[in-house]
Amino acid sequence: MSDQSTAEPVIQLVNLNKWYGDFQALCDVNITINRGERVVVCGPSGSGKSTMIRCINRLEHHQKGEIIVDNIELTDNLKNIEAVRSEVGMVFQSFNLFPHMRVIDNLTLAPMLVRKMPKADAEEIAMQYLERVQIPEQAYKYPGQLSGGQQQRVAIARSLCMQPRIMLFDEPTSALDPEMIKEVLDVMVELADDGMTMIVVTHEMGFAKTVADTMVFMDKGEIVEIASPDVFFTKPKSERTQLFLNQILTH
Amino acid sequence: METKNKTDESIFYSNAFRSVAYQAVLFGLLTLLGWYLYSNVNENLARQGIATGWNFLTTSSGFDIGESVIRYDAGDTYGRALLVGFLNTLRVAVLGIVLATFLGVFMGVARVSSNWLLSTIASWYVEICRNVPVVLHVIFWGTVIHLLPAPKQAIIPFEGAFIMNRGVVMPFPVANDAYVWVGVALLVGIIGVVVLNKWAQRKRERTGEYIPTLWKGLGVLIAPPLLVWLAFGAPLVWDVPSLQGFNFKGGLQFSPELIALLVGITFYTGAFIAEIVRSGIQSVASGQIEAARALGLRPGFIMRYVTMPQALRVIVPPTTSQYLSLTKNSSLGVLIGYPDLVNIGNTTLNQTGQSVEAIAVMMMVYLSISIVISICMNIYNRVAAIKER
Ligand SMILES: Nc1ncnc2c1ncn2[C@@H]1O[C@H](COP(=O)(O)OP(=O)(O)O)[C@@H](O)[C@H]1O
Ligand SMILES: [Mg+2]
Repeated sequence: MSDQSTAEPVIQLVNLNKWYGDFQALCDVNITINRGERVVVCGPSGSGKSTMIRCINRLEHHQKGEIIVDNIELTDNLKNIEAVRSEVGMVFQSFNLFPHMRVIDNLTLAPMLVRKMPKADAEEIAMQYLERVQIPEQAYKYPGQLSGGQQQRVAIARSLCMQPRIMLFDEPTSALDPEMIKEVLDVMVELADDGMTMIVVTHEMGFAKTVADTMVFMDKGEIVEIASPDVFFTKPKSERTQLFLNQILTH
Repeated sequence: METKNKTDESIFYSNAFRSVAYQAVLFGLLTLLGWYLYSNVNENLARQGIATGWNFLTTSSGFDIGESVIRYDAGDTYGRALLVGFLNTLRVAVLGIVLATFLGVFMGVARVSSNWLLSTIASWYVEICRNVPVVLHVIFWGTVIHLLPAPKQAIIPFEGAFIMNRGVVMPFPVANDAYVWVGVALLVGIIGVVVLNKWAQRKRERTGEYIPTLWKGLGVLIAPPLLVWLAFGAPLVWDVPSLQGFNFKGGLQFSPELIALLVGITFYTGAFIAEIVRSGIQSVASGQIEAARALGLRPGFIMRYVTMPQALRVIVPPTTSQYLSLTKNSSLGVLIGYPDLVNIGNTTLNQTGQSVEAIAVMMMVYLSISIVISICMNIYNRVAAIKER
């Protein structure tokens, strides 16, 4: 779906290598993601999916290769890291809401401190995003008073309040009870429809089929296959992809 | 519902009846025990010819006290002697709490720091100090301080200050009427800092502009007392201690007993506080810090708005218990001759024979201090509790 003529790369991983001590978690990862592209990453547990997307906002640092986000190369340079982080939002498996702050304060904290936004403006934007994720009535509660699905929607809204141009999702529905998965996926589908650049690590293949422009399969720290969903789900090139798909689709 | 068994309906099986009955029985037993003890003590005291009552508080004590915050001599009453003891206890406890908090927070943060040398030193400190009984700490420092040189060969860390086996003395400003107003001005400065912080926060919320208040706040704090002091013509005369015979006179004096007790209980309690601080910081889930970093917050903001508020919840309650035990441990001053409440209470008890009353006074004082600290802790907990379903 990403039109070649308007393709504008926003994330480039070039020969990316990452070690934890002696253990190599990423081996020569190469991928280019264009503006507005929706990428779904899957692969067995421990294959390096989290490590890869956590390198993109430098929650982890890499030892070899290049990461370029919106024309900014990620190095030890703190200014660059700050610039990238303020453009890249991230949603975690375990929500990671701040339990000592009300929902509204969770949402306004970063815009006020990082974007230097007046409180009134930050609260207005926060309420807009809470309406988008359909829980404006929870604004003055504490995270502990919400259900898992509601908490994850707050977490998405919190990231959106920084008005990022790229969103990273690391298994956003894996910690949820089955009946709450849909409400979170619905929010993400809507976000995709609005043209957000997204990288989503997930095993929700239904979601992948409706939303993804590009499917990525990882195994043992390598990207094994990059393909459009049509090709990926019907005739994947790699045997390992085939095997993995058989396993999760028959489940 | 129809019950088959008749006894099931008996009042003895009612929950409410049982709970009332148990409490009534317990209350009765306690009253009996109390009455027995009271009459027993009374009888024994009467047989020994000791009059009970509080009259001794207003009679002259006849003993001297090594150091006192207020004026006191042997002609004063037992009541005043006990007050001196109470103030001495309070003094060592307050100083100990302040010092142990600084030491503990520093060592606790050092333990989790990535600086290998710092964290190793902190680990050694914690392991050694908290595994040695507090009695040994106090006796150890009591011994160490007597190994220091005599006054004539005292160590002089800076002009006018002396460290020796008779304690520590240093210069101190001579009292001046102006100082009262300087104190008032300092109070004004403190209020000013609070107002400044409120104003900075309001302004940030309104305009988004972040105003650092550290240096401004320091200025607001110091300017009023400094100006008042200058307006009074900057009165400052140092009372410099000087050697007269075998002892120093004048200046600010800390007795060896106070120092040994203070250092002993500070090192001991500091080690526990360090552990509490360490576990508090480590109790904040790593995901919290990651989420804050992912939002683009800087380390200073993360510490202030994410880590500390959550860590403090874990740190404050057990630290308060440490303050309580430090206060109680200050009674170990009796071992090295520091005239704290227990020390003077003991002397009073021995001289008057009014053991019940003397012990009652001591118990009431410690109980009151503990209750005050506990109330503060409960207020904090209520304010800081995380709201959950
Ligand atoms: N902080 C870490 N220290 C050491 N090894 C790690 C760390 N984080 C992840 N790993 C290892 O790196 C590999 C990839 O992990 P991860 O990216 O979390 O996998 P995935 O998200 O695909 O399940 C795993 O083998 C994991 O054990
Ligand atoms: Mg993972």
